[in-house]
Amino acid sequence: MTTAIEVRGISKQFVLRHTRSIKEAFVWLVKGRKGDLSKKFHALDDVSLDVRQGESVALLGLNGSGKSTLLKHISGVMLPDDGTVRTRGRVAGLIEVGAGFHPDLSGRDNVYLNGAILGMTEQQIDDLFESIVDFSEIGQFIDTEVKFYSSGMYLRLAFSVAVHTNPEVFLVDEILAVGDEPFQRKCIAKIMELAAAGKTLVVVSHDLDLVAQVCERGVILAHGKIIFDGPVHDAVAHLRGGSI
Amino acid sequence: MSTSELTTPGLGAGLRDVLRSRFLLKLLVAKELKVRYRGSVLGILWSYVKPGVQFLVFWFALGVFLGMNRNTENYAIYLFSGIVLINFFNEALGNASRSVVGNGGLIKKIYLPRELFPVASVWVSAVHFLPQLLVLLVACLFAGWTPGFFQIFAAVAGFTIVALLATGLGLFFGAANVYFRDSENFVDMLLMIATWASPVLYTWTMVRDGLATAFSAGAASVLLVIYQANPLTIAVELFHFAFWLPTTSEITDPLIAAPPNLLDMWLPIGLGTALLVTIFGQWTFRRLEGRFAQEL
Ligand SMILES: Nc1ncnc2c1ncn2[C@@H]1O[C@H](COP(=O)(O)OP(=O)(O)OP(=O)(O)O)[C@@H](O)[C@H]1O
Ligand SMILES: [Mg+2]
Repeated sequence: MTTAIEVRGISKQFVLRHTRSIKEAFVWLVKGRKGDLSKKFHALDDVSLDVRQGESVALLGLNGSGKSTLLKHISGVMLPDDGTVRTRGRVAGLIEVGAGFHPDLSGRDNVYLNGAILGMTEQQIDDLFESIVDFSEIGQFIDTEVKFYSSGMYLRLAFSVAVHTNPEVFLVDEILAVGDEPFQRKCIAKIMELAAAGKTLVVVSHDLDLVAQVCERGVILAHGKIIFDGPVHDAVAHLRGGSI
Repeated sequence: MSTSELTTPGLGAGLRDVLRSRFLLKLLVAKELKVRYRGSVLGILWSYVKPGVQFLVFWFALGVFLGMNRNTENYAIYLFSGIVLINFFNEALGNASRSVVGNGGLIKKIYLPRELFPVASVWVSAVHFLPQLLVLLVACLFAGWTPGFFQIFAAVAGFTIVALLATGLGLFFGAANVYFRDSENFVDMLLMIATWASPVLYTWTMVRDGLATAFSAGAASVLLVIYQANPLTIAVELFHFAFWLPTTSEITDPLIAAPPNLLDMWLPIGLGTALLVTIFGQWTFRRLEGRFAQEL
């Protein structure tokens, strides 16, 4: 089986206090660079992970354990301090749905803008436009500015664009929280359809029942380290057992 | 299933990626323009009305009331041809410097060539430059302007110099602004100086004469060369050459009209400097962009 995502010993340190003024940096330089300008901590600590093509992996862990940070490294938004990340094929990150949406533009303009941001060509968006709008069930509101959308409608349109980008690797971070019950079910069905079509999925969610349904493998992060990697049901049991 | 190779995500090819993402660039520019003119009846027409009125004000207030025409023939056209270029530079650099921080929400979440944002800002400013150019052309035609090959060549070169300069500095300050928000204030200051550091409101001979009385002959000539090597000075003089000079008559001193060696020496120097600035801007941007997502 071919590897879709290869993460080799990556570490990432973040500073606890960000310096934003030249004055502070200057004072620090003048004082002979004494002390660290800012304290650091490891958000990811020597993380290695291989995901095969067509696999669907749930990334689990408590708040602040580094799940989103890991996804950002896989999508290329962040670069690791140490180690390497390599991916095969186009990666689309639903790190946050609708990140590229502009409130003052209409739904239609936003579909084009967000589609292009996620790497679609003009031709692809033209061809899929109908299908995107149908899936989102936005209907007549497509020409309304999205600032007048309800948060669920916003999510629907954004999710719909994202699933239509047809990437090989799909990163999903906590995105199903806003939709109503029927739409959530529709999204889950769509995600499972993608998985069945051989797409690689990495799903972050605190909804353990949901991930157990969608994914086969579970990876648990704690304080930036992988502490469990195995079948998703064992991972869920591990988390529910509170043994971390 | 897929035959593609394993690649490292997040390593772009800089400005070359921008060329590849022309569709996205087009949408980003369209977005800016749409958002800017949202809810206004005249919409983009405003960008014709404002410079038009500005030119009429110059014509009356400076040319007719204050009598600037006595010193400089067709002063309103002289002034306006410099001002449209400086306006373009100010808007382009100002917005490009803010563009990376302004699009932080996106940069933090999705990987895309981040050079797109400063480049889109320059592009938007170029769209706003067009109506001003049109107003200038109409004024020139009224004043008896007939374009020749060298005039059009000089205008294109002047515009290119400013566009490259704004892109390069915009990349640099846009990236620096992520780390030090002081950068945008610094840029504001720089822009204020830029208007006075190039012969927009006055003629370059005034600088030459002023320097000659204030300094010794040696120092004055060095300072004058520095002044003239400023790519903005070169670009503004190229615009004067293209638009204002053909409207003047023999009463204008040919030295004021165009500094010596404008086309054969200063033009290549200006283009070369602007190109170096772009390369430098791109280089620093690429060194700094790796940490954009975590600093924003
Ligand atoms: N840009 C940043 N600068 C400094 N610290 C950061 C930055 N981004 C994330 N962190 C820190 O890194 C740690 C991991 O964050 P991350 O967002 O990956 O957690 P998470 O596992 O996704 O949590 P959640 O379940 O709440 O979404 C947190 O302590 C967070 O404060
Ligand atoms: Mg998270």
